[in-house]
Amino acid sequence: MSIDTDTAARVAKLARIRVEEEQLPALAQEFSNILDFIEQLNEVDVEGVEPMVSVTPMRLKRREDGVTDGGMQEKILSNAPDAREGFFAVPKVVE
Amino acid sequence: MLDLTYDAPKPKIIAGAKHDWELVIGMEVHAQVSSKAKLFSGASTAFGAEPNSNVAFVDAAMPGMLPVINEFCVEQAVRTGLGLKAEINLTSAFDRKNYFYPDLPQGYQISQLYQPIVGEGEVLVELGEGVARKVRIERIHIEQDAGKSIHDMDPHMSFVDLNRTGVALMEIVSRPDIRSPEEAAAYIAKLRQILRYLGTCDGNMQNGNLRADVNVSICLPGAYEKYQETQDFSHLGTRCEIKNMNSMRFIQQAIEVEAKRQIAIVEAGGSVDQETRLYDPDKGETRSMRSKEEAHDYRYFPDPDLLPLEIEQAWVDEIGASLPELPDEKKARFIKDFGLTDYDASVLTAEVESAAYFEAVAEGRDGKMAANWVINELFGRLKKEDHDITQSPVSPAQLGGIIDLIAKGDISGKIAKDVFEIVYSEGGDPADIVEKKGMKQVTDTGAIEAAVDEVIAANPAQVEKAKQNPKLAGWFVGQVMKATGGKANPKAVNEIVSAKLGL
Repeated sequence: MSIDTDTAARVAKLARIRVEEEQLPALAQEFSNILDFIEQLNEVDVEGVEPMVSVTPMRLKRREDGVTDGGMQEKILSNAPDAREGFFAVPKVVE
Repeated sequence: MLDLTYDAPKPKIIAGAKHDWELVIGMEVHAQVSSKAKLFSGASTAFGAEPNSNVAFVDAAMPGMLPVINEFCVEQAVRTGLGLKAEINLTSAFDRKNYFYPDLPQGYQISQLYQPIVGEGEVLVELGEGVARKVRIERIHIEQDAGKSIHDMDPHMSFVDLNRTGVALMEIVSRPDIRSPEEAAAYIAKLRQILRYLGTCDGNMQNGNLRADVNVSICLPGAYEKYQETQDFSHLGTRCEIKNMNSMRFIQQAIEVEAKRQIAIVEAGGSVDQETRLYDPDKGETRSMRSKEEAHDYRYFPDPDLLPLEIEQAWVDEIGASLPELPDEKKARFIKDFGLTDYDASVLTAEVESAAYFEAVAEGRDGKMAANWVINELFGRLKKEDHDITQSPVSPAQLGGIIDLIAKGDISGKIAKDVFEIVYSEGGDPADIVEKKGMKQVTDTGAIEAAVDEVIAANPAQVEKAKQNPKLAGWFVGQVMKATGGKANPKAVNEIVSAKLGL
């Protein structure tokens, strides 16, 4: 399967990663290579084999319903480029 | 068991310029799980806290933080599924839904696309006596809520509060089985009622704890039946999704205007684009959320931070055994055991607290009488002060006491209302009040006779008239009631007046 530069540009945009025009062909090639490898894996017959989700037999860890975290507004906001009155302040986004 | 049979309601017909059209509606209801902590973090879910104070590093998507699931939230989803008679999937899994928005710091929402925890169920939506729509539930999955953006605090900036980020939601997805705006509202009301009975969501729509995305399409009469026969969606029109509605009134208005918009497009020879729209109640129109379109490529994939969610049948059975009696069953039982009308039973079972109150009053008493007092007197009085049943100053034992006094013949229904008012505003034991204030009904015929004699002696002219016109006996009865402060047994007074006047 081959990925064209338009698709590569769209994927980059969806991922909010800036890619310069001249880098697109190389990126598209990289994507194609990855997909080719997946195609190759698809040749393996896994009919009737349960998907393996973990190497060790583990159960999803659970937590009890108790408030054990939070109450640190200052820390949460400390890395924000702009914070006002306890809120993150971002360029206006309106529907 | 429910032995009631229902007729399906007629679908709403909207007249276009050229044809009649029918509506087809499906809903995605987001119900916030009533948990103390969030779905994947230990931060509080409390509403109205200082901005960004109920936020853990997981919720803020700090690098290296990992989600750990809140077992209570899983339990509530299972409970809800059982309450909607749905199949429970012992294995489900979490996926990432990727999009960028300032109130979603992770850059993805953790949801369950491919393997939801709950499968197909159903909700019976009543639309009047003997008329109900059975709405099929397609699935319920667990997912994270996003934060809140506030746009009106600054002309150039949006302010973001992550307190709601990561709170657990149950998304309840219906099949397109709803056929009118009224049915849509009734469906939400019924879901809300069931969720509140189950205790899995508080149903507070104002705070956004229960909100809906509404899918609307139109079709020509007859097409929907073909869809139901074949389950083939090509018989239906292209749908539009109206996002994020948290008012029953607006939901109905939005469906109506959206249907009319689609009819106008199709009748003009155009075609409806499948898109996400927003309802603007001020303008009374829906408009496209174009910004969402591009982002619609969510690139779902299994969340590598979370193993599949495996639950045991024994645990599901345990949850099933703890389910309360649900609205449909409770209503049927009220009709059967207490002889209530369909309407009264609906009113009393609307809220689980009202139903419990009524049962406490009706216990060992006449069910119909108890229903009348609870609905007409108590609910009426509470409504005047904008109170709900949980704020009632009159306990079931007090109201029951008043009913007992009527049943014993100690007080008349009219006096009982006065007693009720005293109990409501001052409290106290009804029997004591009646005793102390001398409100007991006079059934002693000797005393009544004396009062009648007095009235007759004082009004000889009236007596003469009454002998000509027997209807005037009512005037004497009124005078005697007045003289006894309304406490005389009306039936006894009537009989004695008639006898003394020789009528």
